[in-house]
Amino acid sequence: MYGGGYIFSEPSDKDQKDHIDDPVKLQEFEARIDAGEKIEPHDWMPFEYRKQLIRLIEQHAHSEVIGALPEGTWITRAPGFKRKLVLIAKVQDEMGHAQLLYSAAETLGKSREAMINDLLSGKSKYSNVFNYPAKTWADVTVIGFLIDAAAIVNQVANAKGSYGPYCRALERICYEESFHLKQGHDAFIALAVGTKAQKDMLQDALNRWWRPIIHFFGPSDKASVHGEKLMRWKVKMASNDDMRNQFLDMYVPKILELGITIPDPNLKKNESTGRWEFSDPDWNEFKRVINGDGPCNAERLAVRKFAEESNRWVRNALLKQTMKQTIPYA
Amino acid sequence: MESVKDLILRMADDALIIGHRNSEWTGIGPMLEEDISFSSMAQDKIGHAQALYNILHEQFNMEVPDFIAFRRNASDFKSCQFVELPIGDYAFTLVRHYLFDHAESFRYNYLSNSTFLPLKSLATKFKGEIKYHTLHADIWMKSLTLNGNEESKLRIQSAVDELLPYAMGMFELGNYESDLIDNGIFVGELALQNKWHSFITESLNSFNIKVPVIKEGEIKLGGRRGYHLTELENLINEMTEVIRTDYTTEW
Repeated sequence: MYGGGYIFSEPSDKDQKDHIDDPVKLQEFEARIDAGEKIEPHDWMPFEYRKQLIRLIEQHAHSEVIGALPEGTWITRAPGFKRKLVLIAKVQDEMGHAQLLYSAAETLGKSREAMINDLLSGKSKYSNVFNYPAKTWADVTVIGFLIDAAAIVNQVANAKGSYGPYCRALERICYEESFHLKQGHDAFIALAVGTKAQKDMLQDALNRWWRPIIHFFGPSDKASVHGEKLMRWKVKMASNDDMRNQFLDMYVPKILELGITIPDPNLKKNESTGRWEFSDPDWNEFKRVINGDGPCNAERLAVRKFAEESNRWVRNALLKQTMKQTIPYA
Repeated sequence: MESVKDLILRMADDALIIGHRNSEWTGIGPMLEEDISFSSMAQDKIGHAQALYNILHEQFNMEVPDFIAFRRNASDFKSCQFVELPIGDYAFTLVRHYLFDHAESFRYNYLSNSTFLPLKSLATKFKGEIKYHTLHADIWMKSLTLNGNEESKLRIQSAVDELLPYAMGMFELGNYESDLIDNGIFVGELALQNKWHSFITESLNSFNIKVPVIKEGEIKLGGRRGYHLTELENLINEMTEVIRTDYTTEW
């Protein structure tokens, strides 16, 4: 999946404030980006570029790992062979994406181990949507259809960014995600055209997921502090609002044509501006959840901690004194 | 052809239940690569179960695979208790995977010469997949024994000690052994067990793992006759949680 909105660290970070990049190298770097060149792991790059890219790719990787949990718990309960086999393959893909993304982030100098430690300590974030519970089978179809769809909008944009290893990982990820979207849509349709109980279950799931979906692309750009430089460096490729608008353009009709309603009476497209208008999705809730106080934050991290701690002996057994950490070339 | 039906049902149920257990590792493995491996093997196993149930449907007029898998009571299952055990720690899962997949490998090797053609052709296909399952098991067994540390060796040894009596239950004789053997359908559980046992003895010894001697009465039998662990009932309840709310609709 999953990407999600851009959540960059604030520029007031101490170590960053004191760092001054070589102005000549910075100019050359920016010229390369303007010329559409990709930046590769051993090229010179500004301190903040490296730092924000690590943050971005790491958050994306964590989102894949944590995102596997709400759907993963439904693998054993999936109704029938077809749904079960597809769901295992889908969640397996997400874990594979995490593997690709951690490798891409490692090329910037942070080890997978360090990234996972930061995930477990709560220092680094992941996509907010996975802090909500997947209560019923219908939630799995909403995630597979709409969260994956939202992630594709985000990832297709990021795939055109400036950092080579991340772009290459995203290209492959996007191919796989387009299958995920198809399976999600197929399972969503099965419920939408099914029995009354199935439709009710789907409507209930969409009602609960709609706000997290609106939150998915992050706060409105008006509220975003330092997007401009990151846009120029092609780290951030599209504004949160533009991506959300593109998503609504593509998927609102697909939901409505199935007779499912969207739980926002104010949702409508303003034809003169081309922008979707919607009720205030309560950005304070978004902030609360991302800072650890959502319905499932503790549970998600507890599962991850359990996986890390109960299996530590396996990784320890593989460690060899003679082995050295090497940075992969992606 | 009750004999073939019974044989296929046993194999399919084993595959479905071990596939279910393998799939429980998705998201919580010791490293991402293992999540991916176990998910991959789970897909293969569940796919094998579906294909085997499909033979029962097409050749023996039984219900469709979804019906056979998701609408029976635990007592109607023919799986061995070995596959029903919960996943335990990674050593437990790995040793079960190793013991099970080497048996599968020999089983489908024999069946690729079966006189029952639908099974022969499936077995030929499955063999190619199971090759990767045993390869995976062997690499990890070696990594956690010969190339591991004291703790990992101890964990593997203790999983072998605990699991072997259950593993031998895989070869519980069916009611139609002589019919299967006489008609060239399958070599029979006894021959399979002997082949498997000599292989794993040599292989485990090469990993410096001792193979406990299991007495006749210690083997965990009964699964093939419908006597299961309570864990199977729990597993089936979980597996059917969604579908049993309405068996008549499409999901």
